[in-house]
This record gives sequence, structure tokens and C-alpha cells, in this order.
Amino acid sequence: MTIQPHTPNDLPVHRPRRSDTDPRAAKRAERQVALLFLGSGLASAAFIVFYVATPLDDTIDIPGFGAVNASNLLLGVTMGFALFMIGAAAIHWAKKLMPDVEIVHQRSLHASDDEAKSALLEEYRRGVDESGVKRRPLILGSMVAALGLAGLPAIVLLRDLGPLPGTALKQTMWAKGTPILIAETMQKIRPADLEVGTLVSGVPEGIDLVMEEAGDTNELAKSAVLLIRMDPGEIVADQTPAGSASWTYQGIMCYSKICTHVGCPLGLYEQHTHHMLCPCHQSTFDLSDAGNVVFGPAARSLPQLAITVDDDGYLVAANEDGFGQPVGPSYWERP
Amino acid sequence: MTFLLARRRSPWASAIVVLLALLAVGGIYALASGSMKAQATTKSASTTEIAKGRQLFLEGCSSCHGFHAEGGYQPDGSVAGPPLIGVGPAAVDFQVGTGRMPLAHPGAQAVRKEPTYSDEEIADLSAYIGSLAPGPAVPGPEAYDTSGVTPEELALGGELFRANCASCHNFAGKGGALSDGKNAPAIEATPRQMYEAMITGPQNMPVFPDTTLRTEDKQKIIAYVEAIKAEPNNGGIDTGRLGPVTECLLFWTLGLGLLISVAVWIGVKVR
Repeated sequence: MTIQPHTPNDLPVHRPRRSDTDPRAAKRAERQVALLFLGSGLASAAFIVFYVATPLDDTIDIPGFGAVNASNLLLGVTMGFALFMIGAAAIHWAKKLMPDVEIVHQRSLHASDDEAKSALLEEYRRGVDESGVKRRPLILGSMVAALGLAGLPAIVLLRDLGPLPGTALKQTMWAKGTPILIAETMQKIRPADLEVGTLVSGVPEGIDLVMEEAGDTNELAKSAVLLIRMDPGEIVADQTPAGSASWTYQGIMCYSKICTHVGCPLGLYEQHTHHMLCPCHQSTFDLSDAGNVVFGPAARSLPQLAITVDDDGYLVAANEDGFGQPVGPSYWERP
Repeated sequence: MTFLLARRRSPWASAIVVLLALLAVGGIYALASGSMKAQATTKSASTTEIAKGRQLFLEGCSSCHGFHAEGGYQPDGSVAGPPLIGVGPAAVDFQVGTGRMPLAHPGAQAVRKEPTYSDEEIADLSAYIGSLAPGPAVPGPEAYDTSGVTPEELALGGELFRANCASCHNFAGKGGALSDGKNAPAIEATPRQMYEAMITGPQNMPVFPDTTLRTEDKQKIIAYVEAIKAEPNNGGIDTGRLGPVTECLLFWTLGLGLLISVAVWIGVKVR
């Protein structure tokens, strides 16, 4: 491929600037540049004045913008002006007064010529010869082995990603009879406490002790639940298996709070549509219809926790295996 | 004075005199009636209140909610106004007191605006709806009084706010989007309106009854919301405190726009 060189004839016709032809315009441009530099100097001086004079707690109320810390604003604006005006003066100077001639600079090819290429190749071959690896294969072999082993520590470090979770991803704290507590205030709940339309964030009883013992919030991240009550007539379906006692108690449904997409905590509940939205990626679950996904990237329904009341009338988990399925996002063994 | 005397026979003179007289009469009447209204502040759900409330309801609300608050339907069968029997005075006080009702126009949800009714009229309407069936009552000032909240309880209020409210209303109470054009509004409510919203669950907000979120818990939440509203914001425009997306959007358009215009200025050939 050849590059067509530019000739000065390709350029548009040169028009002299007014400051090239009229000495008064040139003088004016000179004054403008000087004024810009002077303005920059004044702004720098103002910066120092404001730095000394402005109390740190003062605020200035700018309409449409709100209260702004006075010191921050004045220092920022003055320093900004000081720097901007130096730049503006330089550009103005270059555009109005510095030589205004079009210059053509031909682009060169970047590839090396054949001579340089063969010289480099020759150099490389000589290096291989001089190192003597062809005559001393022991060195080459041991070197390759050492380089290979040097990569192993990095692979061994991957063990720190473990230990393997075992059954931790499949199990939660919920078991038959575990009371459901209101998160934060840790009160037990009776069915009568929940009006139609109520939303409660729940945790299993004993979660605080488990978290303290483990020193992390992993268990909370699995066993947090949402408790909602709706008009039983509005429930289309729940996740009760055929032949089993209902997982829903008098219109009260308990679902995992952990989104089945990537495990964000759910909480945006629309009382009348019964839609539960995830704040992260807008997965939407219809809680009146077995927690099925109606919108968004989540791939699985929200797991429902079977609930019932204990002898004292408090809401508790009904099944020994809790949810009976892993909660939260997909993982390797559970696409 | 000579200015006026010289112009007393102008063709405009009589019109201006009449206009001034009308303004004076109207102004005096407005002042007098305003002061009369201020004097009338009695409080109790009396039968007269209920009767007045029913009258107001028939005039202003019944076209959508039905003549007996039983709910109304459009000709196509969709709900024009839900039944109000059993929603309680607190729901009326919230919906009408925040200007959401009467509805300006049908849409995804009612928006907050200047209230149409006076406090007294709202009390009458609440009394009427409260007389239909029991429901959450308008909370007394002691329910949403946050003066006794200690700094420790304020911090707990923050925990409760983040656990129960922040997922929809944003961690700074600035609101957020829901589905199908609905949204959780920025919290502009007064403490009383916040309390009412929690116990009645307006529109698609879930209900947080006193049995699951006790009165003292609600006070802590209200105190926390008031505290974050009062928080000084010396950075100027806060871009809704919605986080890096809004800030990025602002600086992407404003900042880059400025840089581009400077670059254009540098590149323009002078004459």
C-alpha cells in the first residue's frame, strides 16, 4: 500500500488574520492576552485572600444549587479561574499573534526495512549459538523445569479460596418449630399482629447468637425472610407440594428475602400487586403466585418457607428441612 | 395629588376607581373571613362533623368512591376509586392532607400536591369515613412526638429505616422507582403523615402496624428521617442523593460538555 503524499495545494486557501494585516487589531489582541494573564494573577491573589479571610464553617446560598461551603467554593473558583485564564491566554496568543502558516508534515512508514529485519534475525541466531543451549541440553531442560515450577505457588495459593462450602449452601438455620422474629427488634410474631398488606423482615430465633459465634453474617445472608399477609382470596398459588399441609397460614406467606439472581436482599413490596422487586436488577416476583418471576433476570421462583403456629400461638417454621431447597443465587452444582 | 386631579376626567378614571373599590372590599372580606376561620377550632368527632364530612364526601369524593364509600367502577369495569369502608380516619388524613386526594388525574399513582381541603374539612372527612367502620385512627401528637428520642435510639431508628424503608424510599429518603410507572416518593411528609403512612399503607406501600413496628420504633424512624432531612448539605446540589449514577450523569453532560466547547474554541480558526 502506498501513501499518497499531501501537497500544499491540497490545503484550503490561506486567509490572513485581521491581526496579520491590521496593526491595531494585533495591538488589541496583545492587550487581550495580557488582560487574561493579569486576570489569572488577580485570581491567584484572590485565592490567597480568601484562604486567609474565609471562616471554614461559612456557607453561601446559591439559588438553584443550595448551600455551599464558602471556603471550598471561593478557593475552587479562584484557583480554577487562575489556571483557566493562563490556558485561555496561551490559546488566544497562539491563535491571534503567533505565526499563522499551514505546515505539511508527511507521515512516514513505520515498518523496518529488510536490512534491519535480517540484521535482527542474525543477532538472535548468534545469541542462541553463544548461549550453547544446543550443545548443553541439561541446562535447557532444568531451566524449563524451574520456570514451570515457579508458576506452581500461584496455583497453590488458589487453595485460599476454600474450604469447599460442603452443605452450607443447601442448608439454613430454619428447622421445624424455629420461631420467626422481626428483624432488629427481635419480637416473636402472632398471626393477629399482621394486618392484610403488612410486610415484615424476619429472622430465625437465635440468629444473633449464631452470628456472634461465627463472627460473620453468613447465616443471616441465607436465612433472612419476608413475611407478608394478603387476602387469602387473592392468593393464586403457593409452593405447597401436593398432599402436604398448606405452607401458607391464613393468608400469611413467608418467602426467602434473598433474590435468586445474585443474592441481593429483596424489600420493594407493592401491597396491591403483590410484586416483590429486587433493588439490584429489578427482578420481580409475584408473591401471590408462588413467588414466580414475572420480570427481570432471576431464573428461579423465590423459595417459600412453610410456616405454622406453635402451641403458644407464635409463627414458626413448619418443616424440619426449612426451605427444602437452597436459597439465593445459582451456583456451580445448581444452575 | 395634582397628578390625580389632572386626570380625574380621563376615560380610564371611572374604571380604575371601580377596580380599586372592588379590591378593597374583597381584601377586607378575605381578611375578615380568614380570621373567623382561625377562631373556629374545636375538635371531636361529633355528629355535626360526620354530617359535614358526609356532605363534603358527596360533593368531592363520591363520583369515584361511590355515594356510600363502597367503591366505584369505570364503565369498563376497572376500579375508579377503591372502597373506603374500614380504611380509617388516618388514611383519609394522610391522603387528603398530603393533597394526593382528590386525584388530579388518573395515572400510575397519586402524587403529593398542595392540599385542596382545609384542616377542618379534612377532620370532617376523616370523621365521616371513621364513622362507617373501625379503622386506624389519626394518631395523637404524643404518638409521633420524637422529642424523647436519645442519640442511641436515633441510631436504632436508622437501622429500622434501612431494614424496613430504605429499599423503596432510598437510604436518604429520596425515593425510588417501582414497577409500571409507580414510585416510592421522596419523604416530604410531616411526622404525623409519616406515622399515618406506616399504619395505613397508602397506595402500594405495605402496612407496618403498631403490632410489628411498635409506636416507639416508629418514633425512632421518624426521628431518623427528620435528622437526615435536617442534615446540612454543604456540597450544594446533591443530585437527589441517588448515588454515583446521577452524579456521573450530571458530570458526563455538564463537565464533558464544557470540555468539548473549550476544545471546539481551541480548534476554531480565527479571522
